[in-house]
Amino acid sequence: MANFYKDNPEIAEIIDALDLTEVAGLLENGFAYAKEYDFAPENAADAIDNYKRALDVCGKIAGERIEPTAEATDRVGNILEDDGTVTYTPGIKLAIELYGKSGLMGATLPYYLGGLNMPCTILTALNDIVSRADCSLMNMFGLQGIAETINAFADEDIKRQYVPRLATGELTGAMVLTEPDAGSDLQSVKTIAYQDEKGEWFVSGVKRFITNGCGDVLLVLARTEPGTTNGSGLSCLLVEKCPQVKVRRIEHKLGINGSPTCELVFKDAPAKLIGQRRRGLITYVMALMNGARVGISAQGTGVGEAAYRAAREYAASRKQFGVTIDTFPAIRELLANMSVDLQASRALAYYSSKSVDLEGGLTKKFESLKGTPEAMAVRGRMKKYSAFNKMLTPMAKYYASEMAMRVSNNAVSVLGGSGYMKDYPVERYFRDARICSIYEGTSQLQIVAAIAGVEGGLVPEAVADVLEGVELDDTLKAKTAEIGKLVDELGEAIKAVKDYPDGKMYHSLQARRLVDAGIAAIVGALFVRLAAKNPAKRQSLEYWLNVQFPAVRAGLEVAKGGYVSSVTDFETLAPMPKAE
Amino acid sequence: MGYNCVVCIKQVPDTGKVTGDAMKADGTINRAALPAIFNPEDQNALEAALKVRDQHGGTVTVITMGLPSACAILREALMCGADKAYLVTDRRAAASDTLATSYILAQAVKMLKPDLVFCGRQAIDGDTAQTGPQIAEKLGATLVTYLEGLEIKDGYAYATRNIGTGTEKVKAKLPALFTVMEKCGELRPFEVRRAMKYKKARAPMELSKETAEADYAALKAKGLDIGQWSLDDIACDLTRCGKAGSPTLVNKIVNVVLSGGEFQEYQPTDEDVGRLVGSLIADHTIG
Repeated sequence: MANFYKDNPEIAEIIDALDLTEVAGLLENGFAYAKEYDFAPENAADAIDNYKRALDVCGKIAGERIEPTAEATDRVGNILEDDGTVTYTPGIKLAIELYGKSGLMGATLPYYLGGLNMPCTILTALNDIVSRADCSLMNMFGLQGIAETINAFADEDIKRQYVPRLATGELTGAMVLTEPDAGSDLQSVKTIAYQDEKGEWFVSGVKRFITNGCGDVLLVLARTEPGTTNGSGLSCLLVEKCPQVKVRRIEHKLGINGSPTCELVFKDAPAKLIGQRRRGLITYVMALMNGARVGISAQGTGVGEAAYRAAREYAASRKQFGVTIDTFPAIRELLANMSVDLQASRALAYYSSKSVDLEGGLTKKFESLKGTPEAMAVRGRMKKYSAFNKMLTPMAKYYASEMAMRVSNNAVSVLGGSGYMKDYPVERYFRDARICSIYEGTSQLQIVAAIAGVEGGLVPEAVADVLEGVELDDTLKAKTAEIGKLVDELGEAIKAVKDYPDGKMYHSLQARRLVDAGIAAIVGALFVRLAAKNPAKRQSLEYWLNVQFPAVRAGLEVAKGGYVSSVTDFETLAPMPKAE
Repeated sequence: MGYNCVVCIKQVPDTGKVTGDAMKADGTINRAALPAIFNPEDQNALEAALKVRDQHGGTVTVITMGLPSACAILREALMCGADKAYLVTDRRAAASDTLATSYILAQAVKMLKPDLVFCGRQAIDGDTAQTGPQIAEKLGATLVTYLEGLEIKDGYAYATRNIGTGTEKVKAKLPALFTVMEKCGELRPFEVRRAMKYKKARAPMELSKETAEADYAALKAKGLDIGQWSLDDIACDLTRCGKAGSPTLVNKIVNVVLSGGEFQEYQPTDEDVGRLVGSLIADHTIG
């Protein structure tokens, strides 16, 4: 019987190395909640022990109960019944029940609304574990973002009405944003919301590609300001499942078949306004989306973990030419690449999550200290992490998604013909992983989001933040200097890109290469931090510096080179296929 | 109306993880070499009790007999939803066989005056399946063994029990004791809030001697006390406990190593399948 937390010591190792002491203190309001709730922690060590217990519960459910259902969930999928209701697969239904009863569906929600008041870093670890068991389940488990959004922005009575029931899994939710003509470009949402003479709100329109659109609580992005065409005319409304909302179809997808992707039709459906008008996209959906991106960084990591394990175990048992295939250098390199890639993804995802925790915690602290002399110091750090997050969240989402695709692809390679067959789970991981780089903003859009921070000089700051308080011996000092060298080279490349004559075009063409180098430097620092505690991680650090650094350096060379043919000679390089 | 349920649970060495040093030279179990776990079928027994409480209300109390280290499984039971936990611990209970153990546990269960008592069918260290039935006998409770499903209606238990070749349904008067099998359902996961709370629950013997009294009072005020009973607390007749109360004598323990004999190969032909079946019937493996 597997426990997906206990059998993967790296999760606790990264959590320990990142040290959540400050985060716990901020979240627990200086541990004042312990007086009010008999289960709330009394100090940071108590809180961190609770975090690990939550991960243990999650890991046991994931390994013992969920993973055995994942294959059938993928094969059967959810079913749209004739009456328009959706029947979850047995595995998904069981998972919602078990995670709901355990309290983990409300991991980050406040105590008074039935939550566990845990940090985003822990939610990331939970999502990592859940996704390893069944990648598609994370879409349901991770929907706690819906409750978080209601908690962050809705009126108190709406919060009390919905959040506790979302925390127990009694209700499930959906974020209802995308429309046939509004995907990445959400500003062009056409669904409308209007008020009757009594001031009651109603929603009408069509939404597409809605994860768990069959859920009970729908957070809908709709146009409340007639005549507007941009994001400032959009508001966020809560619609409860009702006869005026119909699931018209569920999509047949390449992967994540456990997650019902619905097309929804709203016909004058009664709604409640969340927060203020006009802030739907600009404030609330952006917050929701950021949370969802952190979630995908964990999802990619989890499915990558599953794929790596399957490949590593297969290679150790599969014999060809009289020896197991894990003795061949080419296979060894594949697996070593996969493993270090996975470690990098997890370290970056958890670190970026901790940064989200610090921003949130410091913001609350700043608000409570306003007007006092200490407030200014808190404000400085709050702003630092806020700036970090704008860069780190998209970096983590981008890296984890691409890693999940690389690792699951290589897992199929390691298993060869068997990997291509349905008899082994790696083809499922390969299909499931593919979504990560598409939804909640494609990889290309994550680069667009992250590049401002990279060009604004935040990479060296993040590297310094990661290394703060780490005791470096001579070897690690030398490695840190190598990271510094890459950071300098990144600075030169940024300058070269900025100086290029057609700045805008060139900048967007080279952004990926700059972001890749930025990620490599930050992950390098994270490996140093991990290696300072665990000698085995020195090999990962070494590998990263010897294999990943040259790869991103090659990218920086291209970025500095001024070669623009893919844009200027586009028609010749990528000719439009002609009909006969 | 609610029912008061008591569940007898045992901490056992995880015999599923037996390695070379699992047995001492004298043939007894080397408990130090194996992780201590919540006996699997006792987990099913707890789940059965929690289900009764889910449907009808009432309480679920868990009891274990053993060293203070057995409190680990009492805490686990509390984390899953048990209302109260008791440790029966006493040096004089050492070396009890199933007769003495069932006497001691019956004395403890009597203190709680339950309507329903649940035990796992058997523990994975001894595999006797004797303790549950012997407790029932001493309590004068209706005994239902090999429980696979349970409904309570109008003050009666309607139980589905495994009879080896199938199942039978029986109606039982309360109070009743059930020995529970895996089919009754897997134990629910910990509720994280309860895990956060009850990780701090302790029995007096787990506390440091100097401050035990004050510390235990503080735990009691927070509902974090694990009850602790000595043999005197549950009015045991000492001649029926421990070695004195145990008629079982282990004469000799033999380490049996199963070795494979010669094997025969059969081809996937009708003729060979016929031969295989014939030989299985001949040595009474089937038929």
